[in-house]
Amino acid sequence: MTETTVRPASELDAHDVLALYEQMQLIRRTERAAHDLFMSGLVKGTTHLAAGQEAVAVGASAALRPDDYVFATYRGHHHAMARGATPEECLAELMSRATGLCRAKGGSMHLTKASSGMLGSYAIVGSHLPMAVGAAWSARLRGTEQVAVAFFGDGTTNIGAFHESLNLAAVWRLPVLFVCENNFYMEYTPIGAVTAVPHPAADRAGAHALPSEVIDGNDVLVVYDAVRRAAERARAGDGPTVIEAETYRHFGHSRADPATYRPADEVERWLDHDPLDIARDRLGALNVSDDAVEQADARARRVVDDAIEAAKNAPDADPAEAFTDVWADGGNAWRT
Amino acid sequence: MADVITYRDAVAEGIAREMRRDPSVVCLGEDIGAAEGVFKTTVGLLKEFGPDRVWDTPISEQAIVGAAMGAAMTGMRPVAEIMFSDFLACCYDYIANEIPKVRYMTGGQVTVPLVVRTANGGGLGFGAQHSQAVENWVFAVPGLKIAAPSTSDDVVGLMAAAIRSDDPVVFFEHKGLLATKGPPAAEGHVVELGRARTMRDGDDVTLVALASTVPVALDAAERLAGEGVSAEVIDLRCLVPLDVAAVLASLEKTSRLVVIEENPYQGGWGGTLVSVVADEGFDLLDAPIKRIAAACVPLPFADALEAQVIPGVDAVTERVLELAAY
Ligand SMILES: Cc1ncc(C[n+]2csc(CCOP(=O)(O)OP(=O)(O)O)c2C)c(N)n1
Ligand SMILES: [Mg+2]
Repeated sequence: MTETTVRPASELDAHDVLALYEQMQLIRRTERAAHDLFMSGLVKGTTHLAAGQEAVAVGASAALRPDDYVFATYRGHHHAMARGATPEECLAELMSRATGLCRAKGGSMHLTKASSGMLGSYAIVGSHLPMAVGAAWSARLRGTEQVAVAFFGDGTTNIGAFHESLNLAAVWRLPVLFVCENNFYMEYTPIGAVTAVPHPAADRAGAHALPSEVIDGNDVLVVYDAVRRAAERARAGDGPTVIEAETYRHFGHSRADPATYRPADEVERWLDHDPLDIARDRLGALNVSDDAVEQADARARRVVDDAIEAAKNAPDADPAEAFTDVWADGGNAWRT
Repeated sequence: MADVITYRDAVAEGIAREMRRDPSVVCLGEDIGAAEGVFKTTVGLLKEFGPDRVWDTPISEQAIVGAAMGAAMTGMRPVAEIMFSDFLACCYDYIANEIPKVRYMTGGQVTVPLVVRTANGGGLGFGAQHSQAVENWVFAVPGLKIAAPSTSDDVVGLMAAAIRSDDPVVFFEHKGLLATKGPPAAEGHVVELGRARTMRDGDDVTLVALASTVPVALDAAERLAGEGVSAEVIDLRCLVPLDVAAVLASLEKTSRLVVIEENPYQGGWGGTLVSVVADEGFDLLDAPIKRIAAACVPLPFADALEAQVIPGVDAVTERVLELAAY
């Protein structure tokens, strides 16, 4: 069985925290590239970027075991990358290339890296929470001490599947974590305008007899510790936890949305609370030099620049791909 | 072993056989454990396999089917029960958007070996929200296999194939057939998904049926024989894969096709079947194709009214005689 001890954030050294920072920078740059490629027409369809929300994915992933399960939403690039998908695989998928993460059959909203337990990004709001519950149930049945994590938005707390999931996970005491990325908007509507409680996820946890925590989702070490504690409880058989990580998206909801419905002072406040800046402060406190941080920035820039080039130069999806992978035998036959 | 078994008992027997041979098979659903199922189709399972294999759930159709999906993606073979097939509407997201899509949209990264079992169909006077034949709801979505047995031995054989399938299967158990009896399935009996069964040989007309309409077709065929019309009866057993080849082969002999469905004419599975026959088997036909399906109204409560809506033996016999005279 995999080593289960995950050290508290206070015991992480400069090297560990720099790695978290670099991974966030990698996601930030990939999201920026996805935005620019969409604007220039090379990415079709839609994107829902997670720039600004990197700390939730990176902090959580670092606190999990490699064999744990992660389920995400259409705003899921950061979760795929935090679980090991490369910028190149992701950008190639967005650009409909044969080398894409899902061989161009998923697109931006469905990034998946099953080989490292990232079991998908789902575009029907709330649909993946029951799946995470099922993965946790399966872990229990197989006796593996794995945990499953569902990441979802604030808007997701008002759909039935959210409440069905919390209740079932609670009564079966399953090793599942419900991590809400509260970015304060469901599409274009402030969450407070459509939700009767101030903390859309955490305030509902009590109704299902679940513990909850509201945390600064932009501080990667805070996220890391909250997820570490919740995962430890889950592995010990103490059941699910609801974590509400407050964060903010830097881009609009999707595509080219300029997000003008957000007040300027609110945007400014959150841009001043950027997860990358917070991590840089953490690195400063650990005596990491500016030079070392800049080198990490340069490495991330290089990886993403190379990824953009590689994705651009990759072959388009093979048309035959449209007809594969319906069934487990790889085919699509529905009749004799 | 008894020389007959009810369709109802065959459901539990089919599940139990697979649970004995494969520890990754687990069941979940409302009232399936201690209560042994609202339709008594899970009798004995909790007793034999215990609470780690047979799980009673809250009334949470999305969580039931969604959790089955998550478990199937991570190494289990869950068998989820949705008590009445009408309630598939409460978890239709999983039937329409999640389960059939996830393998495809991830480029083949995951498999979903699960079974959703559900009690389907009318004839019991349960009214508009507990009587529907909804196989057409599922048939509308590529990516799901569909089994709908008409006999006890097929219940066992198709259950084995469904649970062993690496693809998701929706398994319709017909409420009107639960009390019917048939010979028990042989040990190790498996019916490959997508293979129709010829229930009666005939030369003049092919009656294609599914689940509850199979006994209707057989009764009609008996009466038709008295009128000098020899009807072949094909039980499709599955809608996906759809055994079009068996239908076309029968038409080579009979050249007349009647499709008998319990789901509404509007959007019913027969529409797809006959369109394939029109496309690929037109030359085999000597008469127009007939579809006999439920009327396009919600199902009424009173027996006399329900009988107006769901095609019975009289209606089928009459329509086939008209066609035979063509
Ligand atoms: C069932 C369903 N209803 C509506 C939508 C359209 N929709 C897509 S994203 C979204 C907002 C979701 O907000 P939230 O859960 O806060 O996630 P965020 O986009 O902020 O990450 C909506 C309404 C959908 N995809 N699925
Ligand atoms: Mg939101």
